[in-house]
Amino acid sequence: MLRYTIRRLIQLVGVVLVLSLLLFAWLRALPGGPVSALLGERSTPEKREALTKQLGLDQPIFVQYLKFMGRALSGDFGVSTGVQPGDAALDIFLQRFPATLELSFLAILIAIALGIPLGYLAAKRRGGWFDNLSVAGSLLGVAVPVFFLAYVLKDVLSSALGLPTGGRQDAIDATRVTGFFVLDGVLTQEWDAALNALEHLVLPAMALATIPFAVVFRITRAAVLDVLDEDFVRTAESKGLTAPTIRRRHVLRNAMLPVVTTIGLQTGALLAGAVLTEKVFAFAGVGEALALGFERRDYPVLLLLIIMATIVYVVVNLLVDLSYALIDPRIRTR
Amino acid sequence: MPLLEVRDLTVVFERKGEKPFTAVDHVSFDVEPGQTVGLVGESGCGKSVTSLAIMGLLPKRGARVSGSVQYEGVNLLSLSDREMRDKRGRDLGMVFQDPLSSLNPVIPIGLQVTEVLERHRDMPRKKAMVEAAELLDKVGIPDPTRRLSEYPHQLSGGMRQRALIAIALACRPRLLIADEPTTALDVTIQAQILALLKELVHDLGTALVMITHDLGVVAGLCDEVNVLYAGRVVEKAQRHELFAAPRHPYTHGLLSSIPRLDAPRGEKLNPIRGSVSDNIPWSEGCAFAPRCPNKLDVCVRVTPEQEDIGGGRLLRCHNPVKPPVAEEVSA
Amino acid sequence: MVTPTRKKDRIDSLAESSADAGVSLAASAWRTLRRSPVFLTGATIISLFVLVSLLSPWLAPHDPSEAMLIDQVIKARNEIPPPQDGHPLGGDLQGRDFLSRLLIGSQQTLIVGVLATLIGLAGGLTLGTLAGAFGGWVDSVVMRLVDVMLSLPSLLLAFSISAMFARPNQYTVIIAVAVVQIPVFARLLRGSMLAQRHSDHVLAATALGVKPGAIVFRHMLPNSLGPVIVQSTLVLATAIIDAAALSFLGLGNPDDRIPEWGQMLGDVQTVFDTHPQLAFWPAGCIIVVALGFTLMGETLREALDPKSRR
Repeated sequence: MLRYTIRRLIQLVGVVLVLSLLLFAWLRALPGGPVSALLGERSTPEKREALTKQLGLDQPIFVQYLKFMGRALSGDFGVSTGVQPGDAALDIFLQRFPATLELSFLAILIAIALGIPLGYLAAKRRGGWFDNLSVAGSLLGVAVPVFFLAYVLKDVLSSALGLPTGGRQDAIDATRVTGFFVLDGVLTQEWDAALNALEHLVLPAMALATIPFAVVFRITRAAVLDVLDEDFVRTAESKGLTAPTIRRRHVLRNAMLPVVTTIGLQTGALLAGAVLTEKVFAFAGVGEALALGFERRDYPVLLLLIIMATIVYVVVNLLVDLSYALIDPRIRTR
Repeated sequence: MPLLEVRDLTVVFERKGEKPFTAVDHVSFDVEPGQTVGLVGESGCGKSVTSLAIMGLLPKRGARVSGSVQYEGVNLLSLSDREMRDKRGRDLGMVFQDPLSSLNPVIPIGLQVTEVLERHRDMPRKKAMVEAAELLDKVGIPDPTRRLSEYPHQLSGGMRQRALIAIALACRPRLLIADEPTTALDVTIQAQILALLKELVHDLGTALVMITHDLGVVAGLCDEVNVLYAGRVVEKAQRHELFAAPRHPYTHGLLSSIPRLDAPRGEKLNPIRGSVSDNIPWSEGCAFAPRCPNKLDVCVRVTPEQEDIGGGRLLRCHNPVKPPVAEEVSA
Repeated sequence: MVTPTRKKDRIDSLAESSADAGVSLAASAWRTLRRSPVFLTGATIISLFVLVSLLSPWLAPHDPSEAMLIDQVIKARNEIPPPQDGHPLGGDLQGRDFLSRLLIGSQQTLIVGVLATLIGLAGGLTLGTLAGAFGGWVDSVVMRLVDVMLSLPSLLLAFSISAMFARPNQYTVIIAVAVVQIPVFARLLRGSMLAQRHSDHVLAATALGVKPGAIVFRHMLPNSLGPVIVQSTLVLATAIIDAAALSFLGLGNPDDRIPEWGQMLGDVQTVFDTHPQLAFWPAGCIIVVALGFTLMGETLREALDPKSRR
């Protein structure tokens, strides 16, 4: 188990190195390169040359990459040119990461809390109206563009439910401890601040949760259908166990194997949805920074955030594989 | 009074847009306390469905069950889901065909034994664990305490089937149903498991309904045998009489398709022609007629009734096999 | 006497007969699908979509790029031309006939979906077949490449690829949504190939002396076709939705003279609350078409998966 984890972590380092090299090369390969990105296309040749020298762009790409990596190891990923011009890229990430974590956590929580029970119910009533309706709903859920749904929630639900339409928190007096606004409110017992931050999370989290919910629902339903057909469920019935015991210990326990994988993959992929959702709700997280970075071609910020996204995605998938071993003894005791 | 009294048990599977299919058709038989009764037939003859109907394990939707199943004077078919859950595992135990797929792969063997003790005998977990180890020991699993914490994939096929038997017998049910318990096992293991079953039901005084396609299993184990074909009992007899003088052509065919070491050199095996799918509906005649060597014209026109032919034997045939003369019986 | 060529045919047909399961599976899948109302709904939607996009040049009442209602836009600032005679859906922010734009938009949307799927499929087919059919170091190299591509959520990868192009256009959009599908198809095909390499029908063909190339193309690829078709159908839906997300982030095609639904939806974000109809129409079209492809894909999957046929 430990060996496996270490091997996967080494793999992760490899993937991050390769990806950072690719991203770095991509940055250099841009038409006009970072100089145009910084100065715009209508700058004078003199200015361009000066900046090229200043940035060390006249040196071979390997030297540039090694220098970049050297700076990166000391935490210097360059300065933002468009998202928050002048700010260090790393600061932007650190400042915004808790926001996205909070949002993703709530979104995946919604997806799990609704997806698993509904998926189980639909499977138990296979072919009934509830099953058909919820399957149709889940198919619709993946067909709707996330940002469109976010807009609909923002324009329609916010007024109906009296929920805020953007930002992380209203301009109220709140103490910052961890950068997680809801958690901060709870820690400092500033309940108003916590509640306010939570209200700001509800709509974006709902929009972000749609796809993971639809997917978790469908995988749960399919997995439960498979397990219900298994011989060991019949054995459990033949022992006269109560319905809740059979459901929990025999059906769900086995059906969870594929569901856990799905939850992991969806959690990792949330960042892509967060780019769209956070932009709609002007929610100051990593996703919004990425959206702005793409729009304004802020390459230092993009480079760092994409590398970070990769690390998060790969680590989440590693955690999933490890938790798999916890649920499935066939892997653990092999 | 018999322990189990099955009367006119009928199971019809109904599916939307498809013709209803009668899997079990007015099957009746008794099981006395401590007796071992065999249900024999090819796959698809309704023997497994019969066992599932007795246990109340058929799907609620799609399967219509009628007739009666009296267990200790109570009709199991009239019980509510809840009452039936109380009976299963406590009064009726069941062992299934494939021990690997019949055990939950993700929880330890110990829990799979103790959960039935906790459920029906109100045992606290600790005491149940001790009892479970004793049960595993009794079914011949070595080092039972260690096995409790192991998972099904860590046990051999024979061990798994032993564990399933321990689970089925954990609450000392008066009736055990075994559905092809040896089919998925190696031949050498088969004999061990059969010997174990025989010993356990003898020691505990448990009645056993043995479901099998293998007449070899019947020969070593059963007191009475019901031969099923296409959902109906075609012949019922005491074991010795059935083997000595099979009367139904189907039973006769089953017996003569077994290879025998003492058969004369050069004698050919006599397999039954065709397969179970070559049926005619019972309502139009004898379902076995298309495959029957003794077929008469009447067989495809008139449904044969079940007749008592004496000595506790029942037969459903227009043209039965002649009882053999004495010297052939001893051969 | 058996001539060499005829003998070869016989060997091939022998090896193929063991793969007959695939043929009968397709036949039985088709029988299931023909009677499935869900599949028929999806197929109807998609047929209509394809029909409309093919006929759109004749169906559209006006030129989608001509600003014929421009005076109405200017007269009342921030207003869009309301529905009126000859313009049943009114105009867009530039005073162009909205119905015509939606109709013509179906064509570009279909092109984006189909091209993206074909490119993704071709790339995945090449990589997956190489990896799965040859194994060894080819497999290792290809799969590491695939791993790197899969180490980012696919939509984020599409965003990044789009951002590589200084001046996005309709082709960069197609490339971005296509490339992210390559690793998915590659994995799918590799898995299928690997599973088959040790299967009886391939062993039989090998034992009978069928050439490796023939084994891959005549015996292995046809058996992988089912999952590939299913995945392609689902990718058609994803590609259209992803293209809309690119436009939304300003990574789409800025030239809107020839409209595309994703672009129409992504471009109106600033006026979403004042003119929701400009978003609702293209969004509705995307949702219906994506749903159509998904319905087809999911029912196909169920019909082709022997396990799901209970």
